[in-house]
Amino acid sequence: MADAKAGAGNAIVGMGRGSYAMLLVFFLGPAVVIYTVFSIYPLLATIFNSLYLRQPDGAYIFNGLGNFQTLLTDTTWSAPFWNAFRNNCYFFLIHMLVQNPIGLALAAMLSLPRLRFRATYRTLIFMPTMLSVVIIGFTWQLILSPLWGISKMFLNAFGLGFLFAPWLGQESTALITVSLISVWQFVGIPMILIYTALLAIPEELIDAATVDGLNQFQAFIWVKLPLIFPTIGLVSVLTFVNNFNAFDLIYAMKGALAGPNFSADIMGTLFYRTFFGNQLQLGDLSMGSTIATMMFLIILIGIMCYLFLIQRRMQRYSF
Amino acid sequence: MRKPASAIAVHGILILYTALALFPIILVIMNSFKARKAIFGAPLALPTPSTFSLIGYDKVFGDSSIVSYYLNSITATGGTIFFTLLFGAMAAWALTEYKFRWNTLLTLFLAVGIMVPIRLGSVAIIQLIVELNLINTLTALILVYTAQNLPLSIFILSEFIAQIPKDLREAGRCDGLSEYSIFFYIVLPLIRPAMATVAVFTMIPVWNDLWFPLLLAPTGGKQTITLGIQQFLGQYITDWNAVLSALSTAIIPVLILYVVFSRQLIRGLTSGAVK
Repeated sequence: MADAKAGAGNAIVGMGRGSYAMLLVFFLGPAVVIYTVFSIYPLLATIFNSLYLRQPDGAYIFNGLGNFQTLLTDTTWSAPFWNAFRNNCYFFLIHMLVQNPIGLALAAMLSLPRLRFRATYRTLIFMPTMLSVVIIGFTWQLILSPLWGISKMFLNAFGLGFLFAPWLGQESTALITVSLISVWQFVGIPMILIYTALLAIPEELIDAATVDGLNQFQAFIWVKLPLIFPTIGLVSVLTFVNNFNAFDLIYAMKGALAGPNFSADIMGTLFYRTFFGNQLQLGDLSMGSTIATMMFLIILIGIMCYLFLIQRRMQRYSF
Repeated sequence: MRKPASAIAVHGILILYTALALFPIILVIMNSFKARKAIFGAPLALPTPSTFSLIGYDKVFGDSSIVSYYLNSITATGGTIFFTLLFGAMAAWALTEYKFRWNTLLTLFLAVGIMVPIRLGSVAIIQLIVELNLINTLTALILVYTAQNLPLSIFILSEFIAQIPKDLREAGRCDGLSEYSIFFYIVLPLIRPAMATVAVFTMIPVWNDLWFPLLLAPTGGKQTITLGIQQFLGQYITDWNAVLSALSTAIIPVLILYVVFSRQLIRGLTSGAVK
């Protein structure tokens, strides 16, 4: 702190203390005010709200961690909460097991030396990621619709027509279908991030490996993969944060009630329903805030795991 | 790629995946130009003179306020980009150039917003917007989106500002330029490429967002195109011409922008997230 103060003198020669403060306020003021008022304050206020309980007369009284206890143990609240949490975990798991490996495989192929049309593939495969989730949701709803019959037609072409079912409408398949649509849309993000990391690996390393007798595939597994481990960690934490904060796709495809018997309900839709109310219940500010705070904690835990487990370990691989 | 066989295999897989990525989009756009009978009769065929029809587009542009929703989206996205870039660049300049007491702390404070989604504060954001009497206004959206995008933009612009040679700023100071002039006349023009990058990847998520328009401006004609399309689709769910045309109306401008800006966008994604 002391030398920071001394540095201030160096930066602006011949400027008075007052006008220096003015300068800082001018440059930093707008950003700090907007960010604090519309981002940090709402986050803190939401956590604060979660500690209060609405009384029948409309007043709010301090309830400590009572709302959290209600959410986690009272079955009218805990059953939907754990259902949404479990579904959200599956949602995340499907992204980790399908989206990120496909993204990795595509990135690996795109980064092969002397591949032609590289930029064209990259641009086209990334295209769905650009579109609004609302558009993607409706588009797939049409494609999977038994009315239009496109997907049945495709399955028939391979003699698999008997497999067709209204996947989005069935309790047992709604969540996995929605997850796979999300995977289809967002596979571009891991692909691009991993692709960039792969391009940053010095050519000589791969040349050395191939001279030692490794083929492209072995060179990828034994040389490149360990080097892009930090990027895979980053992709995982981004997937985690986005998945536990997801809402748009499920809302666009299944509405706020999230599918037959809440089978596609995730934290985002539960939060929306609780806060705004719906056909089944009235909006509840305190419980809405409580769920948002739980989402905040879950996301925080994910980020912490990343920072402590992965970020720390990756120092060893940096070059 | 020494052996041609493996080259063919790789191209085969990439072509198949590209087809999978594009098929739904092409299918929707293609069928939006067909008459209802052809949509169901031959969904995979291109529109021919006998099946060609614009009836869906007539409905989209006639029965609804799609055009004004587009203007709303352009205003909200444009306003957000403007303030994110201006305030972001100003803050980035102050944080990299001036060494003051709270510099590090302030940088950390701003970094929180990169990882924690602002959406989690929605309950209080609504209360605040109601209090400020800004519900159903585009101002509310611009303020919230600016707050959401500032942290990452400050972070990226700082890196670029730090790369500007010190001599340039010192030369300005020697010529007697004020600190304000140095920023607006020397620094700002130099970081234009970085600002283009930030602009492009601020634009897409803001344009596509459903959550905040749904919460802050759901009615009153201030819907963005994403929300407007969502509401339109809900109303016309059984009118396939209208649905397909509405989807295409939303897809085509984004695709054009994407093709124009794809290089900046991909550069932005990687510089923003990897570092």
